[in-house]
Amino acid sequence: MVQQAPVPVPDSVLEVAGVDKSFAGVHALIGVHFTLRQGEVHALIGENGAGKSTLIKVMTGVYRPDAGRIRFAGRDREFRNPLEAQAAGISTIYQEVNLVPLMSVARNLYLGREPRRLGLVDVRRMNRDAAAELRRFGVDTDVTRPLRTLGLGAQQMVALARAVQVDARVVIMDEPTSSLEPREVDTLFEVIRRLKDHGIAVVYVSHRLDELYAVCDRVTVMRDGAVVHTGEIAGLERLKLISLMLGREPATVREEGATAFDADRDAATEGRPALRATQLNVRHRLHGVSLDIRPGEVVGLGGLLGAGRSETAKAIIGALAADGGSVEVDGTVLRRRSPAAAMRAGVVMLAEDRKAEGIIPSLSVRENIALAALPRLSRAGLVSQAKQDELVRFFMDRLRIKASGPDQRVGDLSGGNQQKVLLARWLCLQPKVLLLDEPTRGIDVGAKAEVQALINELAGDGLGVLLISSELEELIEGSDRVVVLKDGRVVGELAGDQVSEDALLGALAQDGQDRQVGQVGQVGQDRQVGQDRQDHDKEPQS
Amino acid sequence: MSPTVLPSTTTPAGTGPAAQGARLPLRERLAGQIQHRGALAVLVLVAAIASATSATFPTWSNISSILGNNAFVWLLALGMTFVIITGGIDLSVGSMYALGGVLGAYGAQTGGTWLAILLPLAVGAAWGTVQGLLIARAGMAPFIVTLAGLLGARGLLQAVTREGATTYLVPAGSWFRNLGAGVWTPVVLVAVLFALGGLLLTRTRFGAALTALGGNENAAVLMGLPVARAKVLVYLLSGTLAAAAGALGSARLGSGVTTIGVGYELTAISAVVIGGTLLTGGSGSIGGTVSGVLLLAVIHNLIDHYFSQYGSAFTDTVNGAFLALVVLLQTLLSRTQQLS
Repeated sequence: MVQQAPVPVPDSVLEVAGVDKSFAGVHALIGVHFTLRQGEVHALIGENGAGKSTLIKVMTGVYRPDAGRIRFAGRDREFRNPLEAQAAGISTIYQEVNLVPLMSVARNLYLGREPRRLGLVDVRRMNRDAAAELRRFGVDTDVTRPLRTLGLGAQQMVALARAVQVDARVVIMDEPTSSLEPREVDTLFEVIRRLKDHGIAVVYVSHRLDELYAVCDRVTVMRDGAVVHTGEIAGLERLKLISLMLGREPATVREEGATAFDADRDAATEGRPALRATQLNVRHRLHGVSLDIRPGEVVGLGGLLGAGRSETAKAIIGALAADGGSVEVDGTVLRRRSPAAAMRAGVVMLAEDRKAEGIIPSLSVRENIALAALPRLSRAGLVSQAKQDELVRFFMDRLRIKASGPDQRVGDLSGGNQQKVLLARWLCLQPKVLLLDEPTRGIDVGAKAEVQALINELAGDGLGVLLISSELEELIEGSDRVVVLKDGRVVGELAGDQVSEDALLGALAQDGQDRQVGQVGQVGQDRQVGQDRQDHDKEPQS
Repeated sequence: MSPTVLPSTTTPAGTGPAAQGARLPLRERLAGQIQHRGALAVLVLVAAIASATSATFPTWSNISSILGNNAFVWLLALGMTFVIITGGIDLSVGSMYALGGVLGAYGAQTGGTWLAILLPLAVGAAWGTVQGLLIARAGMAPFIVTLAGLLGARGLLQAVTREGATTYLVPAGSWFRNLGAGVWTPVVLVAVLFALGGLLLTRTRFGAALTALGGNENAAVLMGLPVARAKVLVYLLSGTLAAAAGALGSARLGSGVTTIGVGYELTAISAVVIGGTLLTGGSGSIGGTVSGVLLLAVIHNLIDHYFSQYGSAFTDTVNGAFLALVVLLQTLLSRTQQLS
């Protein structure tokens, strides 16, 4: 027998081996192995917080790994900054267009490597080359105008043109299609295929499964900072892919109930809806989303990351400008669409990112709670201290907020209690409908259970609740009904007994055309590549 | 800069969804023009009105006094333009101007012309470098660092002159005096430096990096531009120019004046902003700054001429009003541009 030494994959261009990375004690990456072969398109997927972005940043020199090594083009490398990674041949296109909006399109394309003559930038040649270059990417425009005057899709194309223009051996694309029109997506795919033909490897991060099947060769799935699967994408079932991402075996049905939701609560299923949203459209994000929430009902919004869940909630309260559609509260159509108008009508939203969008850490519990209710508590511009105290005390009791007193700084409270303070702030306004975007994210288990129990109680009190959660159990056990979104469309609705993990996974795995409500079972086997894109193409161009 | 891997066309030109017509809408182009050339238009207007209504304004003696007496100070605005384009601010230039003057006179008195030129340049460059390092590497706010620089340079000046007790004179026969004499030498010197500055900003990679850094620092870093180095260089440049301006001023005056330069940094900032450079960074031009300094000088001259009984207090009021107007206009313009 011939002994064979383990030979490294000969055509691997970028190899990440056993990389760990943690931030302030939180493990963002744990022993990650990732191999990118020359000329392949490699999908990198996972839910929020799975570690995709951290991995990309480690590969591109933004972060240094705590342990493990990175091999690039056959050599161990340690990139100290993005510049070094770029010089070595790793180009990255970030999700947010990272260009300079005030500078001209041509300048943006050539920043740092402008063509020069006699030591000076040859502006005329730069503009001419830029125009020619961009035309190949389907962007035909005056390249001397400021970048910001271009549409988002065109800006993304400029970023892409920039990335592939340097001598790249690896191009990393972080959700490149999130702001593209369907036709621009086609152009992008064409570009990707050509990159591939030239032996350039592409890392493709996207949440749109159809795209992955259309353009990628292999896939790496990450969950909780670790790689849980790597392999060919052809032959991998959608359902399997989703269950890998979410960490749920589709076959396993458990009914223990890992959450604090009361399974027996009777939901109101009749009567006038507290909130009715009809045909909400937001450019690129939502396409005719409609849903009802009845008083006392918890409606879950299901869907993968990027399906348009947060966008739906934001469009309802008017924080995202909708192109069309209407919102009715208690039978009255909201005429003005703004968060303030929604608030007056009785619809409030608990934002996903409580640090950025809600809490004011340097103020006290009292001030944070009373903030939104101040106009209501004041007379002739003066705030009644007594009324404020009464209100704050009531809610601290009611929501079991653990603080040393109403004067404690909110910044010093735990995440769960901060969330309760925010909830109290909105409840002060006596809303009819509560939109909760990831209400238990980032809070510890005990507090989580309390918040879940509270949601239950509030619905019991007759409040209509819209619940967005990436945690399947929370969604399934907390909701009376689940509306399933995919690529900004409602693709299914689960009610009653259908509200189960299997049904939800099945609905998530559905192909674009397969939109029967709550259909479970055989879906997932018949993968139809590119079906959804054909759907897109039928849309009128806006 | 390898040729791209793409073949000639993937989408027929002009049919792609991203194609948006070759030209900007008129309204937006107009807004852009006002931002970039507004100061020039106002300058022409003011000069035309002044020439028509005053017999003394358009005379050579008046114009030469405007140019000759102010030219060196305009170098502060030149340096400031670079700093502001990166989104920073340099408050130390007024003090550095005075310090450069004293060092220039000291050099001329003790070591001759070479020392008179090199000493202020070296001190200005070193001072600017330290400020730049504190801002770029230590991440301190430019306002605070250069405010400390303003106080520090003033203090150094007091120390060098023993609180004004010692006055350094440029020897009467020194060649150094030629640099500041007359009208043409200062004007040509300053014009050449402005022209070089314009070239640096628009036609070099360094200039592009400055504009990019002021427009979106995060993007500039991710694009691999040498952001930290550019920041240090910009303060180095500003400090050097301020010290050089002071030294040349001392060549003109014949001595190092310790009380000079107070508040000059603010005039420089006004000139830059009036010239259309965004105070938030990312957009600006040397040509605009030229219009800005000339406009302020002409207004100054007119006020001296017509309202001499009110004194210089009135000048500052007009400067202030102008600045407020320009910033208001900039805000309105950028709103116009964002809307479309």
